[in-house]
Amino acid sequence: MAALLQRDIGSRGAPLLCLSNVFKKYVNNGQELIALQDLSFSVFPREFVCILGPSGCGKTTLLRIIAGLEPDYQGMVTLEGEPIRGPGLERGIVFQEHRLLPWLTVNENLELVLHKSNNGDRREFIHSYVELVGLSGFEDAYPSQLSGGMAQRVAIARALINKPRLLLMDEPFGALDALTRLRMQQEILRIWTKEKTTILMVTHDIEEAVYLGDKIIVLSGRPATIKRIVEVNIPRERKRIEPQFLQVRQQLYNELMQE
Amino acid sequence: MATVLRGEHSENRLPAMLDTIGKKGLLPISFLLLWHWITTSGRVKQILLPSPENVFLALIETLSSGELVHHLETSLVRVMEGFALAAFLGIGLGMALGLSPLLNQMAEGVIQLLRPIPPIAWLPLAILWFGIEEGSKVFIITLGAFFPIFLNVLQGIKQTNENVVEVARVFKVPWPKFILKVIVPGSMPFVVAGLRIGLGYAWMCVVAAELSGGMSGIGYMLMDSRALARTDRVLAGMLAIGAVGKSMDYLLQWFERKIIRWRRFYNGI
Ligand SMILES: Nc1ncnc2c1ncn2[C@@H]1O[C@H](COP(=O)(O)OP(=O)(O)O)[C@@H](O)[C@H]1O
Ligand SMILES: [Mg+2]
Repeated sequence: MAALLQRDIGSRGAPLLCLSNVFKKYVNNGQELIALQDLSFSVFPREFVCILGPSGCGKTTLLRIIAGLEPDYQGMVTLEGEPIRGPGLERGIVFQEHRLLPWLTVNENLELVLHKSNNGDRREFIHSYVELVGLSGFEDAYPSQLSGGMAQRVAIARALINKPRLLLMDEPFGALDALTRLRMQQEILRIWTKEKTTILMVTHDIEEAVYLGDKIIVLSGRPATIKRIVEVNIPRERKRIEPQFLQVRQQLYNELMQE
Repeated sequence: MATVLRGEHSENRLPAMLDTIGKKGLLPISFLLLWHWITTSGRVKQILLPSPENVFLALIETLSSGELVHHLETSLVRVMEGFALAAFLGIGLGMALGLSPLLNQMAEGVIQLLRPIPPIAWLPLAILWFGIEEGSKVFIITLGAFFPIFLNVLQGIKQTNENVVEVARVFKVPWPKFILKVIVPGSMPFVVAGLRIGLGYAWMCVVAAELSGGMSGIGYMLMDSRALARTDRVLAGMLAIGAVGKSMDYLLQWFERKIIRWRRFYNGI
C-alpha cells in the first residue's frame, strides 16, 4: 500500500485528498456497528474516482466524513496535506437526494450558498452555473416543478458554484430512470472536463463506475474495507460495448459477487 | 402560477355552480326548514327560540339602526389590537426560543404553568390592572391569541428538516441568511397556521370578555338583548359573530396561499 502511494505521488504530484486508516463505528442503542474499517486511499488533482460498493456498506458514511459532517471517527483525512476540520467550501457535495430548498427557486437555491463578495455580477455568475448544468430558462422554477434529473442538475450546480477543489457525489443518479442516468453520466463528464475539478463519486452501479472512473475503489460489504483499487485505463470517450470496457466490468462484477 | 384550470371550461360553469350550491346548501337549508317548522308550530316559545324570519328581521333592524355595525366595529378594533400584539410577541418569542435552546429551557416551566389557564380566567385580574373597558379586553385577547401563535412558531422552527440544515452547514451559509432563507420560510406554514388559530381565539376571547363586563362590543349587545328579552337580537348577534369570524379566517387563508406558493396542498381523496 505504502509503495503504491509512493508511486502515485511520484507520477502525479501531491494527492488532493488522502485517507489513512479511517475507522468509523456507530452505536445504535448500546450496540456497536462498525461502518468503516481501516480505509486508506488517495485522490489526485483532476482525477475522477468512483467508490463502488453494495448498499449499506458505508459509502455515505465515508463521504460524510470527507465532507466534514461526521466529526466522530478514527484515522486521518487530509485535504492538500491539511487535516479536515468540519465542512469547507473547497469541498462541494451532491447528496443522495437533491436536498434543494422547496421554498426557493433554482436561482435562489444557488444564491443561498454562493460566497462571493462582489454583488454586481452575482446574478450573472449564478446564471453561468445554471447554464453549465443545462437549465437555462428554469431559473425561477421551484424544485417541485422540476423532474428528478433537473433537480439533481441544480444540486450539481450548487455543489460547484463556490469552485470547490473536490466535488463529492453520493449516488447522485441513483434515483433517476435508466435513460436520464445515461444522459447525466455524459453531462457530469462534460462538466468535469469544463470545470477542471476533481470528483469523488459514490455509486453502486458497476457500469457507471467503469464509464466514469479513472480509478475505482471497490468496497466490501459491511464493515466497508477496501477490496481492490482498480485503475481504469480505457481512453475517453468510453464506449460501453468495447471489449476493454466489458472486461473491466466483468472483473468488477466477479469481485463484488464473491461475498 | 396558481391558476385554476377549471376556469377554462366556461360552458360547464353554471351546472358546476348549481352542483356546488346543491352540495353545500343541502344541510343549511334542511336545518333552516326544521328550525322554521319547530318555531312556527307553536311548540317552542319565541323567547326561547325565535323563528328564523324574526331573527332575519332583527338582523335588518340592528343593521339599519347602526347598532350592529357599531358594536362589531368596537369588538373588531379590540381584536385587531390584541391580535397584533399577540402576533408580535408570539412570533418574536417563538423565534427566540426556537433558535436558542438555553432560552427555551429557561422559559419552559413558566410557559407550561401559564398555558392551561383559560384566558378568560385572567379577567378579574385584568379588570383590576387595566380597567373594565379597552385595556382588560385587549389583554385577554392578546393572551388568548398569543399561545397558539407562539407554540406554532416554536413547532415550526423545531420541525425544520435536518437535511436542509445540513445543506446550510456544508455550504457555510452565514447565520442571518440561514434564518431568513431557511428557518423562516421553512416554518412559515406553521406560523400562518398559528396566526389563523390565534385569530379565531382572539375573536372568541373578545366575545367572552364582553359578555362578562363592559358597555360596548358585540358581546355586550348579546347580553343587553337578553336583558331586554330580545332573543331574536341575541341570535342575530350570534350570526354576525360567526360571519365575521369566518371572514377573518378567509382573509388569513387567502394570505396563506399568497405567501406559501411553493407548497402543494392536499385536497383529499
Ligand atoms: N447516523 C447513523 N447512526 C447509526 N447507524 C448508521 C448511521 N448512518 C448509517 N448507519 C449505518 O451504517 C451503515 C452504513 O450506512 P451508509 O453509510 O448509509 O451506507 P451506504 O451509503 O453504503 O448505503 C448502515 O448499516 C447504516 O445502518
Ligand atoms: Mg448511501
